[in-house]
Amino acid sequence: MTVSFNLLVAISLAYVALLFAVAFLAERRARLGRLGWLRSPLVYTLSLSIYCTAWTFYGAVGYAARSGLEFITIYLGPTLVFVGWWWILRKLVRIGRSQRVTSIADLISSRYGKSSTLGVVVTLICVVGITPYIALQLQSVALSVGVFAGDTPEEWGLEGPQATALWVAAGLALFTILFGTRNIDVNERHHGVVTAIALEAVVKLVALVAVGVFVVWGIAGGPMAILDRIDTSAISQWQVQPGRWAGLTFLSAAAILTLPRMFQVMVVENDDDTHLATAAWAFPLYLLVMSLFVVPIAVVGLDLMPKGSNPDLFVLTVPLSQGQGGLAMLAFLGGFSSATSMVIMASLALATMVSNHIVVPFWLALRQDEESRGRSAAVPGDLRFLVLMSRRLSIGGVLALGYFYFKLTGGSTSLAAIGLISFVGVSQTLPSLLGGIFWRGGTRQGAMAGLCVGFAIWLYALFLPSFGKDVFLSAGLLENGPLGIGWLRPQSMFGVVGVDPVLHALFWSLVLNTTAYIGLSLLGFPSPEERLQSARFVNVFDLTSEPQRWARGGAESEDLLVVAQRVLGADVAQDFFQKMAGDQGKPGYLPDATPDFIEALERRMAGSVGAAAAHAMVGQVFKGASVSVDDLMAVANETAQIREYSQQLEAKSDEIERTARQLRDVNEKLTALSVQKDAFLGQISHELRTPMTSIRAFSEIIKDDPDMPTDMVGKYSGIIHDETIRLTRLLDDLLDLSVLENGRVSLNIGVGNLHDLIGRAVMATANVMPDRPLTLHRDPVFEDIVIITDCDRLSQVFINLVSNARKYCDAARPELRIAAREKGGRVTVDFIDNGSGIPKKSQSIIFEKFSRLTDHNRAGGAGLGLAICREIMVNLGGDIAYLPGQGGTAFRVSFPLILKRPEAESVHAAGR
Amino acid sequence: MIRRRRRPVFVARASYRLRRRIDALRLLPFVGGFLVLLPVLWRIGQAEDAPPTARGTVYLFVVWAGLVLAAGILSRGLSDRTQTDDGSLQDD
Repeated sequence: MTVSFNLLVAISLAYVALLFAVAFLAERRARLGRLGWLRSPLVYTLSLSIYCTAWTFYGAVGYAARSGLEFITIYLGPTLVFVGWWWILRKLVRIGRSQRVTSIADLISSRYGKSSTLGVVVTLICVVGITPYIALQLQSVALSVGVFAGDTPEEWGLEGPQATALWVAAGLALFTILFGTRNIDVNERHHGVVTAIALEAVVKLVALVAVGVFVVWGIAGGPMAILDRIDTSAISQWQVQPGRWAGLTFLSAAAILTLPRMFQVMVVENDDDTHLATAAWAFPLYLLVMSLFVVPIAVVGLDLMPKGSNPDLFVLTVPLSQGQGGLAMLAFLGGFSSATSMVIMASLALATMVSNHIVVPFWLALRQDEESRGRSAAVPGDLRFLVLMSRRLSIGGVLALGYFYFKLTGGSTSLAAIGLISFVGVSQTLPSLLGGIFWRGGTRQGAMAGLCVGFAIWLYALFLPSFGKDVFLSAGLLENGPLGIGWLRPQSMFGVVGVDPVLHALFWSLVLNTTAYIGLSLLGFPSPEERLQSARFVNVFDLTSEPQRWARGGAESEDLLVVAQRVLGADVAQDFFQKMAGDQGKPGYLPDATPDFIEALERRMAGSVGAAAAHAMVGQVFKGASVSVDDLMAVANETAQIREYSQQLEAKSDEIERTARQLRDVNEKLTALSVQKDAFLGQISHELRTPMTSIRAFSEIIKDDPDMPTDMVGKYSGIIHDETIRLTRLLDDLLDLSVLENGRVSLNIGVGNLHDLIGRAVMATANVMPDRPLTLHRDPVFEDIVIITDCDRLSQVFINLVSNARKYCDAARPELRIAAREKGGRVTVDFIDNGSGIPKKSQSIIFEKFSRLTDHNRAGGAGLGLAICREIMVNLGGDIAYLPGQGGTAFRVSFPLILKRPEAESVHAAGR
Repeated sequence: MIRRRRRPVFVARASYRLRRRIDALRLLPFVGGFLVLLPVLWRIGQAEDAPPTARGTVYLFVVWAGLVLAAGILSRGLSDRTQTDDGSLQDD
């Protein structure tokens, strides 16, 4: 032995550090937008290789040593599925993208009417089925470390492997949490994780091929020699068992479609459907190369190694026995990669399911309960934090489950068969999955019954007996069946005797599963929601436009914005609303609550919390509105002609609707403006008259009474002076506005610091309403931005906004939050107070001249402030807008970090 | 049920080729399945004299490589957006 145990640990740690670094760099590249090769078909194909776990890496050789060529069926099934990608995978990936599916549980729950119960059932099946599989990976790492730790791995103490497994599980949890829960939207790619896994895919391929090449050319002496060796070895007679051969090929084909981790990389992490065409041949090729040397290694291992040594470890022990320490080390890293990449993806996929289908809905239901009892009506919660936390905890939970399973079974031999047992378990979702995407008639009851029946049979006939006699099922029950009914014996049900247990369970569970699914689907009648979803899934390639969902109803966009901000985060939600409003031809952040918009919003949120939860949340806002007559019509109208016509009509009516909406908005604004213009004359006369009257009165007094004492003259002329100043200010404002509006203003561009500008504005307004102290919340770190713009004009805007907050914020303890940030060359500053906000109908006119919402005695201004602000911002190349849904009055000022020289603009303005 | 889509009776040579290529691609998993399951028949035919593992290994890997090659050639340049209307490629 040339590799010491310490060296092994050191190299493993270095390798783990490399993985972290790769994931980190990939994540950073992706954040900077330099995706490049990160989203190449090669990385996609390599990430699919998590199908090859440690079970493949070590186990395939052991399998081949025990039962010859049969191991190959585990790879032939996926090969057939991939070369036939045009049938199933293409549709799955398309549905996954168009419905923003987050997991296989989400897909099934979403297909059958966004049923949350179905999501829970699928999640449970997956967790129960996959946990032993994760345990198997931990065991394989522990065993392979054991090979290096002691001369005879079989006699290695029990503390050793368990400690190794614990460390590996903890490390993997850390990695998955760090890189798997960066962003809440599962549909956003986990570039870090995927890239690290692609690297691991290369490592395990290179490792296995290296060992294979060494065995074939180094030991046996060439391909022909190895074929001779095979013919003289213990596995020379190919005892193909027809049932197992066909059954296992089918099983592995089913597994690649239904394993949660495969679904995660294949469908959820897919961001370009052209990748599938490459993976269709590249992934089978990968599998081919992976299994090319399995038989040679097994044969040479059987020849070289002493009788009774574990064939599962031939990949390590054969090079070691030949004194190839370096090669054994590489093989160890390969096995380590296989185990870790599987565990990372599986725990990520399971955690998404557990969090989206169990934790979050449970929490929401709990909260709704409390709200209905009126205890905590207004808990402002950031749901994103909840979702991320629950996802992180779920990752920890899943890995802990795997570890405890490993600890309980203690590396017993029952683990060896667990790969196939897991496959059969997760395959129970196959009928509902395939039925769901190819058959309109599948219903929720059918899917539910099928899943439950299949899962129960799997537990009874395969999973529980796999622990051995008298662990869960008594020996008597296994021998004679429950209550002595021979037909219900777990391993030979309905009189089928003498069949391999895996095959037996696969056969009966899937047959009864499918029967229940089809039977109940045929008998039952689906809800409108289910029929809509079925049309959307089955006809995913036909539907160019989405059928409508929510009846146009009482929901206010602002309420939706509040919900969306909690789920997606303020920035993303605001951007999304702004974009949707723009598509409708409306300015601002509040689009009309059209069915299209709500549909899009719901799908966007489904990417974060799953379809069922998103649907429930939007449903809460709507309260009772459900599928409308139009929706039902959409289901009924299945003929192509109608669709074709209606598409043309729809395009036209969309256009008309958009124009009408614009006209309506403009009209509303014009009406409001006309009222204002009428008021303008009265107001301007009033504003001018009040100071004029007092000026005239006092000047008459002075004129009429020449003997007036000088101090009185001084006092009166002081008043006259003040009044003229007020007049001048008003006229200045008007002039200012007119200059700004005509774009003839000359900007004085200089360098300034945003923090100082805001500070100046706060200082300058200190004497406004000094009796009402205003609490300020600022973040100096974010404010520290150097800007090049007209700083005087900008601070004029800030002063106006801060003094408005001081004047109008009607909270008992006024507070003002100023949040600044710079993104993509634009600076955004939000001014958010805790008052009662501005009612929706007034939001569109506050930036108009002379618009005052409160009575003007309190205001003291002429209502020109915000109008001037807006004009200034336009001149600075920026914008000021009212930001709804912030729990108070909120204004967002945005402007470019560096203002371009104004020459071009002023020339342009002059030319107009 | 009257459900006719309006589509041309004769299509251009290029798209005709494309459709046949996709037909072949659809057929591929069935051909593969047949070839993969063929060893089961050997066994049934000559139970006493089953082919040795070495020959079986070579056979399976040749089939496998053939499938990879065929999938590579047939899938080249295809994506699920090659055409929007799936049905039009299915039956004509």
